[in-house]
Amino acid sequence: MTIFQMTKTVLKSLFSRPATLMYPAKPAKKTANTRGHVEIDPAKCITCRMCQRKCPTQAICVEVKEKTWQIDQMRCVVCAVCVDACPTKCLTMDTQYRPAMTARGGLEKFTVAGPKKKEPAADAAKPADKPKE
Amino acid sequence: MSKQITIPFGPQHPVLPEPLHLDLVLEDEKVVDVVPTIGYVHRGLEKLVEKREYTEYVYIAERICGICSFIHSQTYVQGIEQIMGLEVPERAQFLRTIWGEYSRLHSHLLWLGCFADSMGFESLFMNSWRLREHILDDLEATTGGRVIQGVCKVGGVRKDIAPEKLDEMLKGLKGLEHELHDLTNVFLHDSSVKNRLRGIGKLSSEDAYYLGAVGPTARGSGIAIDIRETGYGAFGKINFKPVVEHDGDCYARCAVRANEMFGSIDIIEQCIKKIPDGPVDMKVTGAPDGEYFSRAEQPRGEVIHYIKGNGKKNLVRHRVRTPTFTNIPPLVTLLKGCELADVPVIVLTIDPCIGCAER
Repeated sequence: MTIFQMTKTVLKSLFSRPATLMYPAKPAKKTANTRGHVEIDPAKCITCRMCQRKCPTQAICVEVKEKTWQIDQMRCVVCAVCVDACPTKCLTMDTQYRPAMTARGGLEKFTVAGPKKKEPAADAAKPADKPKE
Repeated sequence: MSKQITIPFGPQHPVLPEPLHLDLVLEDEKVVDVVPTIGYVHRGLEKLVEKREYTEYVYIAERICGICSFIHSQTYVQGIEQIMGLEVPERAQFLRTIWGEYSRLHSHLLWLGCFADSMGFESLFMNSWRLREHILDDLEATTGGRVIQGVCKVGGVRKDIAPEKLDEMLKGLKGLEHELHDLTNVFLHDSSVKNRLRGIGKLSSEDAYYLGAVGPTARGSGIAIDIRETGYGAFGKINFKPVVEHDGDCYARCAVRANEMFGSIDIIEQCIKKIPDGPVDMKVTGAPDGEYFSRAEQPRGEVIHYIKGNGKKNLVRHRVRTPTFTNIPPLVTLLKGCELADVPVIVLTIDPCIGCAER
């Protein structure tokens, strides 16, 4: 019969659970590789501006003098280029998507540790010890 | 001769996912002339190439289209690699091919769903998209993105797939193939679908050739053109045959896409069996100096990226000829002489992607 080709699938769907995930009531599926949004560990940042130079949408703005790292979440396309470029691994990709924006904005500013001090002045209090071996 | 009236179709229309505007000139219920208009979602991405480094532009090239995104980035980086004379590692070529075929699968499933929706078959639409979700899950697990993968880069790919994951993908595809048989069975053999599609929107093979139809639109009219046969990526080491139908009607174009999905699964299986070990990327220095026409087969047909560089970090010119753009003249011919009620179905059979066509 060529009329009831769909019947098998329809009956199967009738007696199985919904395939739809009730996002955002339930969290979205995510894997270890999922690109959700960029996060920064301010203590490790040395304001080298590699992320700002590599960003294809120019979403990142680093002020070396003021020691701030700013991201415009509305410009960011979550390509993870900054994460790959970061020499101190202070940028990481979180696997959870950001919630939808309901108002203008999206600028996030962080005060960061800044470049490592010269050897004699470096005190143990700063955790930014890894870069520039 | 009866009085002619003009009906605007789109840019907002229930069956069109994207803004294509057609002025349909009708005599009674028959379409006698069609005037297409595009230009609603132009973003000027080609001009942006002058402001971004050629390595950054990969991510912008990928965003030309929201469905065949991976193949856009692949075509672009292939062009750059040809200009710079880079020998990309073989594993990267195979991975690109695997991801490219995954995008073809998800694009065709999306189209089958939209197409079922255009002819009013809602449960078929839902089921196509349910199967598409398996593909998207695999893409997300391997690349990190569902539709914008962002894994291509000049000189290779950014992510590798572990052998265990490749085995898992192979198993997943076996299960999917079984379900796809159930799905395509409805598209190809159900009498209600056949009655809706058979004999409408006929495109002869001469028309298809002279109007420059590409992809499934051309292959549905009996023209066996498939750019994958030129052997870019890893296609040179893979056995496959382009799917061709000869009727040239809506049913033939639907059958081409439905059967192409099994071809894609077969290509992915061959790739996973043949994939060599080794690095997935290489160090790239310098900047492209020269020009190149890079071609690839997208789910909708042949795409051409023209790239010109002058030895600086920013390219001079980038021009994309997308398959939807070339399929609009055949669409106009298809629509002439059809009934008004058939217009949505016929427009959908060229798989219009206006975001692509306008860039």
